[in-house]
Amino acid sequence: MCRLALKSSDTPFSPYEVLLAMEAMQEGYDGSGLGLLMRGVQFADFKYERGKQVILSGIAHTEEALHRLNGLMESRGFEQKYDHEFTVHPEMIEAADRFKYIVRVYKKPENMTEVEIEDYLMHTRLFLRRDGEEHGGDLTVFSFWSDVVMIKEVGWPLAIGDALSLDDNRITARVVMAQGRQNTNYGINLYACHPFFIQGISTMTNGENTAFVPIKEWLEGKKIPGYTGYQSDSEVFTHILHYVTRRLKLPLQAYKHVITPLKNEELDVHPQGDFLKGLRIACRRLIIDGPNAVIGTLPDETSMLVMDAKKMRPATVGGKPGTWAIASEMCGVRALVPDRDPAFDFQPMREHTVIIPPDRKELLIWTQFDPFTLPQAA
Amino acid sequence: MDSVRSVYTTPSSLTYSDLPWIIQHREDRCTLCGRCTSVCPVNAIYLTYRRQRVPKLDVLKKKRGNEYRHFVGIRQHTSIAKKCIGCGMCSSVCPNEAIGPVPNTNEHRTVFHQNQKGEAWKRGGRRNKTGATILDRIAFDRISMLTDPALDAGRHEFNLNTILGRVLPPEEYLRRKAAGEWIPPTREIFPFIIGSMSFGALSPNMWLGLLQGVAYCNEVLGIPVVMATGEGGCPPWVLKSPFLKYIILQIASGYFGWDEIIRAIPEMQCDPAAIEIKYGQGAKPGDGGLLMWFKVSKLIARLRGVPEGVDLPSPPVHQTLYSIEESVMKMIQTLSMAYSFRVPVYPKISGSTSAKSVLNNLVRNPYAGGMLIDGIDGGTGAAYNVSMDATGHPIASNLRECYLDLVAQGRQNEIPLFAAGGIGKNGNVTQNGMALIMLGASGVHMGKYIMQACAGCLGNEKGRCNVCNVGICPKGITSQNPKLFRRLDPDDVAQRVAETFMAIRTEMKKIMAPLGRSQSLPIGMSDALGIDDSDVAERLKIKYIC
Repeated sequence: MCRLALKSSDTPFSPYEVLLAMEAMQEGYDGSGLGLLMRGVQFADFKYERGKQVILSGIAHTEEALHRLNGLMESRGFEQKYDHEFTVHPEMIEAADRFKYIVRVYKKPENMTEVEIEDYLMHTRLFLRRDGEEHGGDLTVFSFWSDVVMIKEVGWPLAIGDALSLDDNRITARVVMAQGRQNTNYGINLYACHPFFIQGISTMTNGENTAFVPIKEWLEGKKIPGYTGYQSDSEVFTHILHYVTRRLKLPLQAYKHVITPLKNEELDVHPQGDFLKGLRIACRRLIIDGPNAVIGTLPDETSMLVMDAKKMRPATVGGKPGTWAIASEMCGVRALVPDRDPAFDFQPMREHTVIIPPDRKELLIWTQFDPFTLPQAA
Repeated sequence: MDSVRSVYTTPSSLTYSDLPWIIQHREDRCTLCGRCTSVCPVNAIYLTYRRQRVPKLDVLKKKRGNEYRHFVGIRQHTSIAKKCIGCGMCSSVCPNEAIGPVPNTNEHRTVFHQNQKGEAWKRGGRRNKTGATILDRIAFDRISMLTDPALDAGRHEFNLNTILGRVLPPEEYLRRKAAGEWIPPTREIFPFIIGSMSFGALSPNMWLGLLQGVAYCNEVLGIPVVMATGEGGCPPWVLKSPFLKYIILQIASGYFGWDEIIRAIPEMQCDPAAIEIKYGQGAKPGDGGLLMWFKVSKLIARLRGVPEGVDLPSPPVHQTLYSIEESVMKMIQTLSMAYSFRVPVYPKISGSTSAKSVLNNLVRNPYAGGMLIDGIDGGTGAAYNVSMDATGHPIASNLRECYLDLVAQGRQNEIPLFAAGGIGKNGNVTQNGMALIMLGASGVHMGKYIMQACAGCLGNEKGRCNVCNVGICPKGITSQNPKLFRRLDPDDVAQRVAETFMAIRTEMKKIMAPLGRSQSLPIGMSDALGIDDSDVAERLKIKYIC
């Protein structure tokens, strides 16, 4: 089973803190890998400018792949501004074919609208991924976006942190989400490791998604660029969140209504019942069955947590103004924010969406029974 | 003693051992009550006096002679018209278990002679092919155990319902909702539907019993079961009742009963569940409906607006139909308009390699509310044997192909596919239905199974009974003869309908819980299916397991 940990803080902190929380939750998971996503990134060796630069994360497995990457990025018009060199201890990494961990800052493309840039970044990521796959998997790309760094690796999470010297404070971030397992139910594949990422939206999940195949088939049928991969059944959660918020342009609250719609008798008395019944039918193929807790982050540093309708996977949120944590175990929250008041910890029920807003002043606990602002259908 | 030469035979002269069913009669138990001969629907048996010669030789008196014993017994007619149909009503009325039909395990001769007077063999029932169907052989093998906490079929909440009606893509739904435009009507229904059996094919008691049972399922048990009428309309009191919302009204090529329906529209208290346009049916593809004269009683004649006692064959195609495009546009749109676009309208077609073409036309029609495909194992009240046995397409691959076609277009949520034809043929109704749902059906229609489970229909695929066409149904299910249909108590049928659907609901949960599914019907969850035949697995794009 996966262990999940997320910390969001006004002050940038080392991702190693989250790895220590993973260590606190070590019982009950196989520690077979690490997926890490950071937002609100700061480099000790470089002043990153959020609005003007984008970050590419991945792994070049061979020198040849790295050279190819350099050429491809150049040919697509990206000007490199910074190349983060991890202090690597290769002997501590299980896999042998890790030529270079890539965290590179590029100048944001100019002469394009914001929407065009967003599409161009995604298409570049997909292009690089395809290129790696065509060359025997010698290049793996996790994200290419403004202010997002991702690391994925096989092995015990803390050991990976040590191997990449993540405790050296050369990279810090305001939001860090981590997941501690490779997809050991199937063949190990770095692309199958959570969190998943598409156009600024990222989620990670514990549990298995039993409705995976019908959901995947529907998403693939939409022919939306980027709705590919699906090495893991959890990737659909990221794409559903992307679809609901970016394609349907619905508020974040609608995500919960799409994946775990309310029952008829509940919608009969809901102020937006008529709209939501229709939404449930139109998005019927996106209903999940769990058992899952889905933890996500958005480009504005919003973090969120939702459960499946049977609440078969646990997750807890806790913290204090300025610093909040979400973890699949209570001890994970304790490790992340030890000086919080545990009496205010919250375990969402099936109807809740827990939102840590970008200002981090207080948690928003929104229930599906409440109406939400819906300008489109007003 | 008769000489052999004088025995008169015709080409169709048969003896009892040539017949598909042989009556075994035990004279030592028979009380000669006569119940069996009077109940037999085809007069296959008769009471007879027989003489037996007993040779007598008195050696001492040097005298030879005969004695004759007379006895009374039940005998079997051997003419084709009166051959035993194996229904077993004689056994059921016999007070002493003295009589009953047994299947002829040898090949039998009647198949060569079922065309007396040049009349090709017509019958009721379905394709006479026995053994496990493809659906029976599908196993649900993706079990959530250690990887996930299993669901509890007994305690957890399940959403088992499906959607009938056109569903908009989410983007279009939001646009129309914001603009206040028309949203196609949908119905949330139980995915096991009582398929089209007409008022005319079924007896009034059977129809009433089904309707009572359906109403009970909806209003007491909370199982939103709907039933389809078949061609032939609907009794006026039902049309004007609040129960109409549980009924799918069918319009077929004979348009029987639609005068009554159209006239009743102003007085309807509610809308029907849906309108089904029948273009074909699985039991007799390319053939119209058939109600033989035996069943056109006074009541049926009035309902259908025809004279009594005449055959009612519907044409194979709708007379208004010129092309498929015209059909989907004109008929679907017209019927949608008749109910002010508040009722889903969908076509029913027979399983065929052309199903995909129909589907692709429906996808482009904004008013089409679904598609029902009826496979080769579908039942009927009356059809030519050759149509039933040899014409059509099995449902599994036909449905799967259509579903995958929608998947390729990303439209699988927009046009719900319903499947029929052999669901529960061997009794495994829930397993068959859920297999089809996971292959991509939004629900299944079942007719024959309902007759068997809820009314005690005796028909089977070994040729048993299968006389629904001539109105002599020994259980009173498919007869318009009051002497026969009064055997069937509508209350008993209603109770069996309720029992059947309660059991299906439980079995659905027992299938879904181990798969980790409870929030929505697992339509298209093909990763949960496996079959022990690699060719079938490849065709259906599911796993081969052995």
